[in-house]
Amino acid sequence: MEPMPQIPMLSYDVVVIGGGPAGMAAAAKAKELGLNVLLLDENDYLGGILPQCIHPGFGIHYFKEELTGPEFAARLAKRMIENGVEYRTSARVLEIRNYSDLEKVVIFTSPSGVYQVWAKAIIYAAGARERHAFEIGIVGDRVAGIYTAGEAQTLMDIYGVLPGKEIVIVGSGDVGLIMARRFALEGAKVKAVVELMPYPGGLARNVMILRDFNIPLYLGHRVVEVRGKGRVQRVKIVKVDENLNEVPGSEFWIEADTLVISAGLIPSVKKLKKIGVEIDPSTGGPVVNDRLETSVPGIFVAGNSLLINDLVDYVAEQGELAAEGAKEFIEKGGIESRKWVKVEKGANVRLVAPHYLSGDRDLYLYLRVSRPMENVEVRIPETGKKVRLPVVKPAEMVRVKLRAEEIRKAQERLTVEVVGA
Amino acid sequence: MKTKVAIIGAGISGASIARVLSKYENLEVHLIEKAPDVGWGVSKANTALIHGGYDDDPDKYPNRARLCIMGNRLWHRWVKELEIPHVWNGALIVATEEEDFDELERLLERGRRNGVPEMRIIDRDEVFHLEPGLTRDAIGALWVPIVGQIGPIPAVIALVENAVANGVKTHLETEVTGIKVENGEVKGVETNNGFIEADIVINAAGLYADEIARMAGIDYFEIHPRKGEYWLFDEGIPGPRRVLFPTPTPISKGIVVTTEISGHLMIGPNAQDLPPEEKDNLATTEEGLEQVWEGAKKLWPQLPPRSRVIRTFAGLRPEPTGGDFIIKAEEEVQGFINVAGIRSPGLTSAPAIAYEVAGIIERDLGVKLVEKERWNPYRREITHFFMLKPEQVNEMIKRNPAYGKIVCRCNNVSEGDVLEAIERMKAIGVKTPSVDSVKFRTKATTGTCQGSFCRPRIIQLLAKEYGVEPWEVTLKGRGSEIGVGDVKALLRGDEA
Ligand SMILES: Cc1cc2nc3c(=O)[nH]c(=O)nc-3n(C[C@H](O)[C@H](O)[C@H](O)COP(=O)(O)OP(=O)(O)OC[C@H]3O[C@@H](n4cnc5c(N)ncnc54)[C@H](O)[C@@H]3O)c2cc1C
Ligand SMILES: Cc1cc2nc3c(=O)[nH]c(=O)nc-3n(C[C@H](O)[C@H](O)[C@H](O)COP(=O)(O)OP(=O)(O)OC[C@H]3O[C@@H](n4cnc5c(N)ncnc54)[C@H](O)[C@@H]3O)c2cc1C
Repeated sequence: MEPMPQIPMLSYDVVVIGGGPAGMAAAAKAKELGLNVLLLDENDYLGGILPQCIHPGFGIHYFKEELTGPEFAARLAKRMIENGVEYRTSARVLEIRNYSDLEKVVIFTSPSGVYQVWAKAIIYAAGARERHAFEIGIVGDRVAGIYTAGEAQTLMDIYGVLPGKEIVIVGSGDVGLIMARRFALEGAKVKAVVELMPYPGGLARNVMILRDFNIPLYLGHRVVEVRGKGRVQRVKIVKVDENLNEVPGSEFWIEADTLVISAGLIPSVKKLKKIGVEIDPSTGGPVVNDRLETSVPGIFVAGNSLLINDLVDYVAEQGELAAEGAKEFIEKGGIESRKWVKVEKGANVRLVAPHYLSGDRDLYLYLRVSRPMENVEVRIPETGKKVRLPVVKPAEMVRVKLRAEEIRKAQERLTVEVVGA
Repeated sequence: MKTKVAIIGAGISGASIARVLSKYENLEVHLIEKAPDVGWGVSKANTALIHGGYDDDPDKYPNRARLCIMGNRLWHRWVKELEIPHVWNGALIVATEEEDFDELERLLERGRRNGVPEMRIIDRDEVFHLEPGLTRDAIGALWVPIVGQIGPIPAVIALVENAVANGVKTHLETEVTGIKVENGEVKGVETNNGFIEADIVINAAGLYADEIARMAGIDYFEIHPRKGEYWLFDEGIPGPRRVLFPTPTPISKGIVVTTEISGHLMIGPNAQDLPPEEKDNLATTEEGLEQVWEGAKKLWPQLPPRSRVIRTFAGLRPEPTGGDFIIKAEEEVQGFINVAGIRSPGLTSAPAIAYEVAGIIERDLGVKLVEKERWNPYRREITHFFMLKPEQVNEMIKRNPAYGKIVCRCNNVSEGDVLEAIERMKAIGVKTPSVDSVKFRTKATTGTCQGSFCRPRIIQLLAKEYGVEPWEVTLKGRGSEIGVGDVKALLRGDEA
């Protein structure tokens, strides 16, 4: 690596990349643990995507109180700032360099200049990006009026712009449903929510939104084409069979001026990939141990960059865990290598994290199922662990607490499965 | 007195002509374009190749054969003068069957006739040395090192900026609706923005050149659109270093596999003929894209999963009656020059077409061209944050902090880049703020996330700089406004 004497140099114990809930919780905790922290976020404000989520539904676990996104963000920001965490907004991390196990360099740019920050550890909490229309195979005209849910939300709730008045939404996850309500409340006509799977993706209470506002839900359907001149004019929808193949002759058009894509998030980990961090193809985020340390020692990850979370409470929890990991790393000069227990995916488990467990601490496993089931048990045969759940859905993350002594019962690996009770 | 010249169409043809004509003291050049910005016609969506000049038969298509190789040579100079993004990476026309070598020999022979330098047929070993990821079925190739790629819209923008710096006047959002001809002589063009007087009218209207010609009473040719579709993949997906063609068939050059200049794997195009009335049908189709996929797989077997696509798009080639470029002064209408049917390789040929037109003005219209004493051949590329070293950024920031702030995170485009783009838009006369105008100048919104993070910020900057409300900012001109009003517009009943 080239040294860069020409650019101003800063030095901290930990740099936190991302000022969303994961990053803010991590920074606050790291500071509380006595570390010297710098948090960087490219937005002009702290909070990540929370300031645009003006609906309630945040914080029930973490703050034991139901808050809106901006309220949740404000509380974390307050805690962090009162702790004396240094932070910079409008500061985009351009590159991470792994100089040695105990020396990392983060290069960021901001209106006051490009800087290099030397740190012992990095907590990466850069969030996720949304899947867009091209990725989900929509063909036709490239016109105005096609937005991802997050973009539509930013336009409405940060910039005060109403994107359209006749809306078709792709995806019935919580984000799609919440946007359906948001549009309806502003007087727009939501003409359809179109869901590829045969079941809705979101929480039952959010699916109720559709009934409340009289919004048609098309399950087992796919938006395939958009046509329009300048602006979206109509959207083509087809039915799909059990294998998600289009049913010939089933297509129909809906007139609309706006198509909102809410087709899932993908962890933003490009910068980690560049320095060789191992990625789990099923989560899209890094492979981590139970300190949320990636395969590059001293780089920790939390929040939507680790795996896509549906509850911000879990995101904040992960941020704190990563901070504890960073503390241990810095104090001991590295996370001790030990006989890690590898977590394996069993029946009906689509993804699970963390991937390696030490058995010296309690922790949460975060997992998602492949298909919905009722009346199930999450089982980990090697440990004898069984947790009963009335219902599991792919869109809802399952969080299971494992105690250290349970983990120690497993030898080299433990298998997580979700099976009928 | 100056001779007034009206060029219809600010595509690569019209822009090249404007630049070349801007050299002359005794011309007053007007560049007229119906779109809100330059380069949004055929020149917007194509394979972006500077072709080698070997595939056009000089007997059947003399203009194409002659101007392609000339254009290629000129681009080697023009990209430097105008700082146009480019790469000279050469092409391989790949043989997978023994019979293909017959065709490659024919191309080699034709290339020699057309004056193409440095081509040769190479064997399997050399092919894989040049391109290790190629299909294992490859048994040899025609190697054409002079082939390259440029940014086609950046090229049009660069040409127009340079032309304007040398005195050319632009008229954007100005649609030509009629040609005034008196006593067999052109007098000017009628437009939605009034009459523009001209002694010479140059018809470089791309897909619509037949309609413009008809306005002048010339109807010996027709143009029909031939659609080509493309897939463009996310960065980091391995693509070839060279431009890869299959061995052509009598009807098509085939589906190209290339790493386009920004480093993205791109495949396409297919060819589908559309009726003349579908000149604005730029919709991608499942069938067309499928065809491209199948075609590309034959050359490049390791295509990524389809979810790694970041964009699909389509372009329309303006296919003229007869198949050759129509570049001439029309005898029955004095002062009217057609630059019509500029299909592929029109991007390559454009600089040569421009010199051809200057020649026609002198030779056929009898206007003796007088060179300016001071003509500026250079144009400086817009600042791209992603091309600067950190210490250079810090220098820029001293003058303007906006250069330190990132707007587009996928491509590292700074707010300074965007503001500079807006300034340059205004300088060439862009009246309607559009995200696409910023996109084509800065590359913002063209990355992995396709703008979902940065588009709202760009809209904000455009709204501020143009003094409009953010919802009035357009994606690509009037009719593509990004919103219907402020969040409460519908509740207030502002909108019907
Ligand atoms: C529409 C919607 C509705 C939701 N509703 C709920 C709900 O009701 N309840 C709930 O609990 N959760 C909800 N969530 C989910 C919750 O908001 C997310 O899980 C959480 O915000 C993720 O936090 P994060 O810190 O991982 O990422 P983010 O909030 O995305 O923060 C990441 C930050 O990192 C910054 N960043 C990225 N790269 C860089 C870089 N290179 N340099 C500097 N900064 C960088 C980003 O700009 C961003 O500010 C919702 C999400 C959405 C989109
Ligand atoms: C799929 C495809 C692939 C191609 N690949 C290549 C390649 O790799 N290499 C290559 O060399 N060539 C290629 N080409 C060809 C090349 O793109 C064209 O030859 C070239 O862009 C034509 O430029 P133009 O300026 O003549 O037309 P245009 O770019 O269409 O410019 C004409 C302009 O006139 C304007 N206009 C029309 N009517 C009016 C009016 N009434 N009033 C005012 N303005 C008007 C239009 O808005 C337009 O901007 C390809 C073309 C396609 C479609």
